[in-house]
Amino acid sequence: MKSKGKAGEPVFRVEGVTRVYRTGAVEVHALRGVDLALNEGEMVVLLGASGSGKSTLLNIMGGLDHPTAGRVFFRDQELTRVSESKLTAFRREHVGFVFQFYNLVPSLSARENVALVTEISNDPMTPEEALERVGLAHRIDHFPAELSGGEQQRVAIARAIAKRPDVLLCDEPTGALDSATGVQVLEALSQVNKDLGTATILITHNAGIQKIAHRVVILADGQIKSDSMNAEQVAPSEVTW
Amino acid sequence: MRALDRKLLRDLRRVWAQTVAIAVVLACGIMMLVGMTMTARTLDGTRAAYYERHRFADIFAGVSRAPDNVVAQIAQIEGVAQVEGRVSFYAVLDIDGMEEPATAKVVSLPALGAQLNVPLLRRGRLPDPDHADEVALNEPFAEEHNLVPGETFHGILNGQLRELTVTGWVLSPEFVYSIAPGGMMPDNRRFGLIWMGEAAAEAAMNMGGAVNDVTLRLSRDADPRAVLDAVDEVLDPYGGTGAYERERQTSHAFLDGEMTQLGVLASFLPPVFLVVAAFLVNMVLGRLIKMERTQIGLLKAVGYGTFDIAWHYLKLALLIGAIGIALGWAMGFWLGDMMIGLYGEFFRFPFMIRDPSYGVLALSAGLASATVITGGLRAVWGSVSLPPAAAMSPPAPPSFTRGTVDRVIDWIGFRQTTMMIFRSILRWPGRAAITLFGVVSSVAMLVASYFMFDAIDALADTMFASSNRQDVTLVLNASVSERAVMDAMTLPGVRMAEGGYAMGVRLVHEHRERLSALQGHFPDASLARLMDDTGTVVQLPAEGVVLPERLAANLGVVVGDTLRVEMLSPPRETLDLPVAMIIAQGMGAEAHMRADALFAAMRVAPQVNSINLLVRPEEMSALNAAIKDTPAVAGLTDWSDVRRQFDESLSENLVTTMTIQTIVGLITAIGVVYNAARIQLSERRHELATLRVLGFSRGEVGFVLVGEMMFLTLVAIPVGWLLGNFLASSMVTAMSNDLMQMPFLITKRTYAFAGLAVFIGSLAAVLLVRRRLDHVDLVMALKARE
Repeated sequence: MKSKGKAGEPVFRVEGVTRVYRTGAVEVHALRGVDLALNEGEMVVLLGASGSGKSTLLNIMGGLDHPTAGRVFFRDQELTRVSESKLTAFRREHVGFVFQFYNLVPSLSARENVALVTEISNDPMTPEEALERVGLAHRIDHFPAELSGGEQQRVAIARAIAKRPDVLLCDEPTGALDSATGVQVLEALSQVNKDLGTATILITHNAGIQKIAHRVVILADGQIKSDSMNAEQVAPSEVTW
Repeated sequence: MRALDRKLLRDLRRVWAQTVAIAVVLACGIMMLVGMTMTARTLDGTRAAYYERHRFADIFAGVSRAPDNVVAQIAQIEGVAQVEGRVSFYAVLDIDGMEEPATAKVVSLPALGAQLNVPLLRRGRLPDPDHADEVALNEPFAEEHNLVPGETFHGILNGQLRELTVTGWVLSPEFVYSIAPGGMMPDNRRFGLIWMGEAAAEAAMNMGGAVNDVTLRLSRDADPRAVLDAVDEVLDPYGGTGAYERERQTSHAFLDGEMTQLGVLASFLPPVFLVVAAFLVNMVLGRLIKMERTQIGLLKAVGYGTFDIAWHYLKLALLIGAIGIALGWAMGFWLGDMMIGLYGEFFRFPFMIRDPSYGVLALSAGLASATVITGGLRAVWGSVSLPPAAAMSPPAPPSFTRGTVDRVIDWIGFRQTTMMIFRSILRWPGRAAITLFGVVSSVAMLVASYFMFDAIDALADTMFASSNRQDVTLVLNASVSERAVMDAMTLPGVRMAEGGYAMGVRLVHEHRERLSALQGHFPDASLARLMDDTGTVVQLPAEGVVLPERLAANLGVVVGDTLRVEMLSPPRETLDLPVAMIIAQGMGAEAHMRADALFAAMRVAPQVNSINLLVRPEEMSALNAAIKDTPAVAGLTDWSDVRRQFDESLSENLVTTMTIQTIVGLITAIGVVYNAARIQLSERRHELATLRVLGFSRGEVGFVLVGEMMFLTLVAIPVGWLLGNFLASSMVTAMSNDLMQMPFLITKRTYAFAGLAVFIGSLAAVLLVRRRLDHVDLVMALKARE
């Protein structure tokens, strides 16, 4: 059984992270000295307009990108100075990703997309169990082309949680969905956060969604503008946009 | 420049690596076509000019001894334009610095100069008709021994030891390829050609007022068959050995064989490359158009017609074709130059008339253009004919379903990454088929190239290790009693001696006839043996003739038929003999019989005209010295030297040709696999990046890409073996002639080499593409949408 940190202890620590993209003569400052700590079991919404730096921050925390300056820690391990293979191992063992456009493998069925991850994990759930958790037990052998957008995103969530990750990083998980379907996805994410205690970071540009989280971090122009706790969490079914 | 044309050039630059891969495959096909055709036409034209300028005869005939006036008689035959009689014979030579004796064919030169088979003077002068001891030598032999004009050497001419003086070096169209009697390969060290004044030659052979060799040229509308019959009729009373056409003249026949081989290679191999290139163009263009779907929709929306857009993409195909053509021509000229140089040196043509082969350049350009357009059209048409709105919206995702194959794969329990490989192949069988076809073609080409080594190895093995186990063969001036074999045992170093017998014959069955030789095999002979193509010693039947398959087919005989055997040397009898056996024997077009049965049929005492010897190696020098003093010996064949010459003469040309074919074969595999892998990477970048994000290592993700390509390669290899087998057998059929049927043999080594070479080439190609995977920006790749 994978050990999880104690609830309330930091799972991610971001210290002075800056990210500058250079394309020719143009410099884009996506992040400007961001400091942030995210705790075990928390559900955090990263809110901000397009270009605010939220996806960049998520990618850096998930080991998909390197900061130009600053440091990032996952528990005690500093991610900013490790090799590519160690970052791969980090993602493999600790991180579940959910993307806006699902990123399922079209040639694998729902079960097989989840099995893709369970085959390389220590102590995963079975694909059937993961899909059951997101309410897709009856669609287990269907291919992505045979599933609706919401169903595909739920398969992606099942794939992300099957390895029992320590963190779930979700980049605009409802961005490609209508509000009704999006609510289903949010419900799945909330349930996972409650049942498995997985720290969940959810990026959205949709302000209404912030109510389902414990904490809301607002980014603008590559900096954290506010970081506040929600007094109470609202159920996803009560959220509209 | 129009905006679309600018886009075209930028697209070309963007896909430069794939463009180069396709262009190189196309260029290989054009190179083979242009290079080999140019070589074949140049050699053919040069040969024709050489023959024409030096009046190479059309018909040749030998005779024991005929009076001079037969020449005038033959000149009267309808269809004869020019005729010349001469004296020719063999002599044993004693050359300074050479332990073993050399042999030479001596040919007389008319006092007023030869009118047919005119020798080309290369150095010095022709012999003075009034000086009996002056001779001209053929250039290769003279060069080998540095016998410059003024030098002397000794020779035994008709039993008389003579000192001969070299006056000059010549070349002759009659002896481009010269082989000693009993020999297998040209040997410029041991066999030469001597031109001697007519009077001197006649005197040496006591042939005053007589000839033993007649050559003639036909007039334009002559019937060769009728002329041959008429010449035989004139010469038969004097011991004619049978007139034959130029096609059966040794030198010409070998030259012809080489050119036929070139022609076969030039026609078999290029089409394979062109077809593969067409498929590659289809693959690459198809992918490019798929990626530009939205842009195509936009172009249509702003007013470009379907034809304009189709033409735009076809121009890209044509540009790739143009690059391939330019490269192919350059490589073709290089190949042609090199091969012409090699062959020219080998055959010693005195001049080379290069054929620029503009026709084949135009043909190759036309074929290449047709290839790329055919490949491009299919890719282009489906996409550009979509309505604008459909083109601008994202394509429907590829649909997958579970079938029987999936259930089988499931049951085996493969990992999901392996499942992705099989699903991709099943979902896009067309693309997999193209990759398969390319690799199959590559393996087939290597098998078809390399089997030549197997065939030659088999030939050499039969000739040198199995059939001819003697160290030395003595060719005698005339047939003598068997006692000569016992006399040969007294020569220095001889451990074993066996007699051999052969005579020139005309074989006739119904309306078909063939000039050949009939070999008599002594029952206990163990040195020179008759073997068939399976390597089995043939047990000769007690009576009757044994024929090789091809000769039997040419005569239209089967076992049990009666064959008329007309002897072309004393006792000059005609025998009707049963065909007792037909054997598979690629080399040689001779008939065989038990010697005792033959002599009984001829009603003569047993005799020999050659003796095979096993010799102690340390006493070879002494044997050679003794042979030089033996007038009865017309020639000596040292079999270890023949083997060495065989290996040397074949190695340079063959190795060069085979190396080129190996390289171009590999280029095909690499080109196909590289393109297929690039397209895979491009189409599955999203998927593969997802795997990386999910925590799969580079190696694990690379496995998906490499695994598919190498699985297809492994499946293609055995299919390629089968196709190669078919190609090789077709080439054998095309290259075989009356003189030689190449054995059809492909060893496991050849199959293994072809498979391994293509496997390694494909792996290298796909690993090159796999490296690109390491540089994929995960974030960008995940955001990218088709």
